[in-house]
Amino acid sequence: MWSILANPHRFMAFSRYAVPVCYAIGTALFGWAMYQALWVVPSDAYQGGDIIRAMFIHVPSAWLCMGLYLGLAGSSFVWFIWRHELADIAARAIAPIGAGYTALCLATGSIWGKPTWGTWWLWDDARMMSVLVLFFLFLGYMALRAAMETRQKAARAGAILAMVGAVNVPLIKFSVDIWSSLHQGPSVIRAEGPAMAAVYLNPLLISFLGQGLIVAAMVFTLMRAEVFGQQADALMARRLSEG
Amino acid sequence: MSDPALIEGRGLGAVRGERVLFQDVSLAVQGGDGMVLRGANGSGKTTLLRQLAGLSEPQAGTVQRTTNHHWIGHSNGLKPHETPRSHLANWARVWGSEIEVEDVLLQMQMHRPADVPCRLISAGQKRRTGLGRLLLVPRDIWLLDEPFNALDADGQALLAGMIATHRAGGGAVIAALHGTAPIEVSDEVVL
Amino acid sequence: MTLPSPLLSAFRQALSEAWAGGAGVLLPFGFFAGTAVLVPFTMGSDPDLLAKIGPGVLWLALALASLVTLERVFQADLQDGALDLWVQEDGSISQIAAVKTLAHWLISGLPLVLLTPLLGMMLQVPATQTVPAMVAYALGGLTFFLWGGVAAALSASVARGGLLIALIALPFYLPTVIFGTLALDEGLGGTSILFLAASTLFALGVAPAAMGAALRLAAD
Repeated sequence: MWSILANPHRFMAFSRYAVPVCYAIGTALFGWAMYQALWVVPSDAYQGGDIIRAMFIHVPSAWLCMGLYLGLAGSSFVWFIWRHELADIAARAIAPIGAGYTALCLATGSIWGKPTWGTWWLWDDARMMSVLVLFFLFLGYMALRAAMETRQKAARAGAILAMVGAVNVPLIKFSVDIWSSLHQGPSVIRAEGPAMAAVYLNPLLISFLGQGLIVAAMVFTLMRAEVFGQQADALMARRLSEG
Repeated sequence: MSDPALIEGRGLGAVRGERVLFQDVSLAVQGGDGMVLRGANGSGKTTLLRQLAGLSEPQAGTVQRTTNHHWIGHSNGLKPHETPRSHLANWARVWGSEIEVEDVLLQMQMHRPADVPCRLISAGQKRRTGLGRLLLVPRDIWLLDEPFNALDADGQALLAGMIATHRAGGGAVIAALHGTAPIEVSDEVVL
Repeated sequence: MTLPSPLLSAFRQALSEAWAGGAGVLLPFGFFAGTAVLVPFTMGSDPDLLAKIGPGVLWLALALASLVTLERVFQADLQDGALDLWVQEDGSISQIAAVKTLAHWLISGLPLVLLTPLLGMMLQVPATQTVPAMVAYALGGLTFFLWGGVAAALSASVARGGLLIALIALPFYLPTVIFGTLALDEGLGGTSILFLAASTLFALGVAPAAMGAALRLAAD
């Protein structure tokens, strides 16, 4: 599927319809999950009462952060090996959304943490710290691209950094896990897990699906904007050289 | 000309940002050739030369070199702490050269400031030191980017002589130049 | 074992460059000590507090020293044209980059380790674990230089690369800092020093290839 879409024209034709469809279905699914989360799901006394409802935004957003970084590394790899223009456009589009999503994940985690841990920020929670590292990886990626002189150089530098980052993520994750396991803080919330009741699990998965579709639609939108921007630049350059 | 080309570029193109610098440039040089790249400032002479040297990735086309080359760029590759002697000795070691560095220094008329750190010598002396690398090991292709810059009349005559000797020995030169070339030009590419 | 001559020459050139560029080892010494000495003035002079944060302060100063040193390493090569020559060498640019990083670490990184017992003493750190701590600082410093080298190579063409290098390198420094700090607690018998050594080996394996690719880009 992806090799077909590597052609920009086909991508533009596909995404033209994919964007509104993804937005519509994503919003519907997410809306349903939010309705469930806010009115249907019972509040959970063990995990801090009504704050459990934050889980339906927070946990899927954490999964999506990882997914977005994987997407960034994957498309960087594809660009580096095969030089598909569109792979770079995808990587470039994913970065700001990834940064925004990691920030959202940190914010919701922090809001959830206040009543459960008693503090806004807990350095000992390995998953929060991993997301924090992802946030910095996205920021560094964007800063590096912005500092490069030309689009081609930005693509190359970004691809190298994203790939180096991707091979480092397991090591970073491992070290953060070890570190937090040594500082036995307040018990970490284990929201996900096979034992979770369906009343929690279904809205959680639907929320993940809905958020995933919305993120995909946002990535496609940015990619379309980039393709349009490049076409406009090329047009301007041609006009300039023709005088 | 049935000899295989020492260096050949086919359909080369370069893009900077959204601007096409040049496209569909093809060239080939054989032993004894002296090719000059010409063009206004910003036309992509340096970029083309860097593509031929393998420093820049061509956005279109391919480069084939059958043999090693020497590169003289805008900057001479001298470190501020190096002296002309230590610079040439260093690269002689890298390339496994048997030539006496002292002889190269003499030939480039750099024997007097040979032990002065490069941050203290003049631009022309730096250029002479960099050009001295051409004499360390014989290589068939010389790629020179504005090699006459910063040289005095004496130095220009010296370099022109080196190029003539190199070509007489079956070597080839591709140089990006502006102004009149003090060398005999066998071929010209205008960008 | 003899190194191939391009690598040996690159190593020598980088050694003398590092030596000439920073007044020998004096400048790295000064920066490292200065950073560490500033801490008691910001944190107060309570000996218990200083003893607790001392090792961490030294890790931080070591990380900063590597970042400050690395800013110019590849940028200078790019500006004086030496990078063009190295990239065209048949020997891989990755190996040359690794050798250069190693040379700069030998001049501006490793000597700092010799200074850690003295600074540790000034920061009231108990002197029971001096040798394991120095091993950890040496390994960690090398890892800092390798990942910092990747960031420096990527930012070689950026005019004010220093800030960018710090932002890029920060996540990659995390495992080293974590394992390094734990290794100071556990000593040579613990597992953390092994994890630290493993992460150094990992950096030795991955960073040169990334530096090579980044330097080819910088020369382009």
